[in-house]
Amino acid sequence: MRGWARKAAGYVAAAAIMVVAWELASLVLHSPALPTPADGLGEFVRQFPLLLPAFGYSALRAVSSIVLGLVVGAPLGLLLGRSERADLVFGPLVFLNYPVPKVVFLPVLLVLLGIGNASIIALITLIVFFQILVTARDASRSISRASVLSVRSLGADRWQVFVNVVVPGSMPEIFTALRISVGTAVAVLFFSESIAGSTGLGYFVFDAWGRIQYGEMFAGILAMALLGVLLYEAIELIEARVCRWARAGR
Amino acid sequence: MADVRIDSLSVTYHGVDADVRALAGVDLSLADGEAVALIGPSGCGKSTLLLAAAGLLVPTGGAVVVEGERIAHPRLRTALILQDFGLLPWKTVLDNAELGLRIRHHPAAESRRRAMEALTRVGLEEFLGLFPSELSGGMRQRLALARALALDADLLLMDEPLSALDALTREDLQDLLLSLWRDRGHTSVLVTHSIEEAVYLGRRVLVMSPRPGRIAAVVDNPGMGDPGYRETEAFHGACVELRGLLAAEGALHRGGGES
Ligand SMILES: Nc1ncnc2c1ncn2[C@@H]1O[C@H](COP(=O)(O)OP(=O)(O)OP(=O)(O)O)[C@@H](O)[C@H]1O
Ligand SMILES: [Mg+2]
Repeated sequence: MRGWARKAAGYVAAAAIMVVAWELASLVLHSPALPTPADGLGEFVRQFPLLLPAFGYSALRAVSSIVLGLVVGAPLGLLLGRSERADLVFGPLVFLNYPVPKVVFLPVLLVLLGIGNASIIALITLIVFFQILVTARDASRSISRASVLSVRSLGADRWQVFVNVVVPGSMPEIFTALRISVGTAVAVLFFSESIAGSTGLGYFVFDAWGRIQYGEMFAGILAMALLGVLLYEAIELIEARVCRWARAGR
Repeated sequence: MADVRIDSLSVTYHGVDADVRALAGVDLSLADGEAVALIGPSGCGKSTLLLAAAGLLVPTGGAVVVEGERIAHPRLRTALILQDFGLLPWKTVLDNAELGLRIRHHPAAESRRRAMEALTRVGLEEFLGLFPSELSGGMRQRLALARALALDADLLLMDEPLSALDALTREDLQDLLLSLWRDRGHTSVLVTHSIEEAVYLGRRVLVMSPRPGRIAAVVDNPGMGDPGYRETEAFHGACVELRGLLAAEGALHRGGGES
């Protein structure tokens, strides 16, 4: 409980520092695009009924993309890291495609899947998938030989080694990839919603900007930041449960 | 009857730029219930020998035969304890102790019971929910032993199991190993860098040559088995003899960590 309280105090302090910095910045810049904290938060509350559904759309898109990317990317990455044969076949394919900036394919996806959820989710999934895949592959490669040998000496077959050693041993790194992918997902979400959406926070911000409604625009930006923070914290919470062992004994 | 016969065992590793001959014709026989210690210069192939005996490595030549059966896969009642104990950091004490039984699809209740018995035997029954990172070095070693006991192993292969421990914990665990061996009568192969440990825990002490490893000399050590052996003349005599043999093999200068 004490660790929990200390963490909460840290968050309160960080929030206070941010509000002060925000206040200073808005005073110095004196631009309608950066309202004071009081005005910005006030606008956020006023816009709340409109923000809520937009937030829902965006959250749904981000979460389903991350889940899809994880469910496909993590097992595939773990497999590539552990099987030389699979890596010989699929490795080059992955490494040719990994550095390609996937966002530029948004127009292609729009033509294929139309404007809306499908193309937005497809784009984010594609990006997050590669991040998770590459991390999972490296993680499963660096599993210690000793733990594999000791489990094999107990009679484990390849599948049991995978389940008992490779998967749990790679979990902390997969969670790191997930945390990074939250940042990517929200950024790509903003980009793709502002181009390919008529819903969601990205569209909300873009639309308000077009109408020169800076107050609304800023409320949308705040909501987008909140989405990022909430997703990040959710992943932290899940990690603390799944990887309890990684925090033990420190 | 876990008697072991090793016939002209050779292992060559195919390294990235060169082949490494680790073992060149090791011959060795262990009677059922015999305890031997294996000592030799670093890199002479001791770990390789244990891996081959555990069925985790296909030899380039020769064979390991346990209970009349040629070893090609891990055997049901052979337990291997590695230097870093081979515990899984993400499993609790109880789950680690149960692991071998669970992997072999023993019923959950029976696995639990046998793991609990083993943990009690090594004095860890109060730490079931902890993770290995929350245990001391000596406790981790006890847990690795418990895993072997839960499997009811009749052949224990140990690769420098105590080398990471401080002197007091180490003697403590040497005593535990000895008492387990006396109670259970399993066949035991202990790899060590410590002369005293080899003499305390090996009824025979096998000295290996530098790579490629062979058995270069054998010290017969009939006094072994008594907990008070450390304080006797015979013990010191055997240590002196072993030290001489190791010096002749060049092990004292190449191999680190002998005490
Ligand atoms: N997987 C491997 N691939 C290539 N060479 C290896 C491999 N494992 C071991 N070797 C080499 O084989 C030789 C014997 O290694 P081994 O680990 O059996 O020695 P050891 O006697 O246990 O040494 P130590 O006392 O340092 O533990 C060494 O020269 C080592 O470099
Ligand atoms: Mg070794």
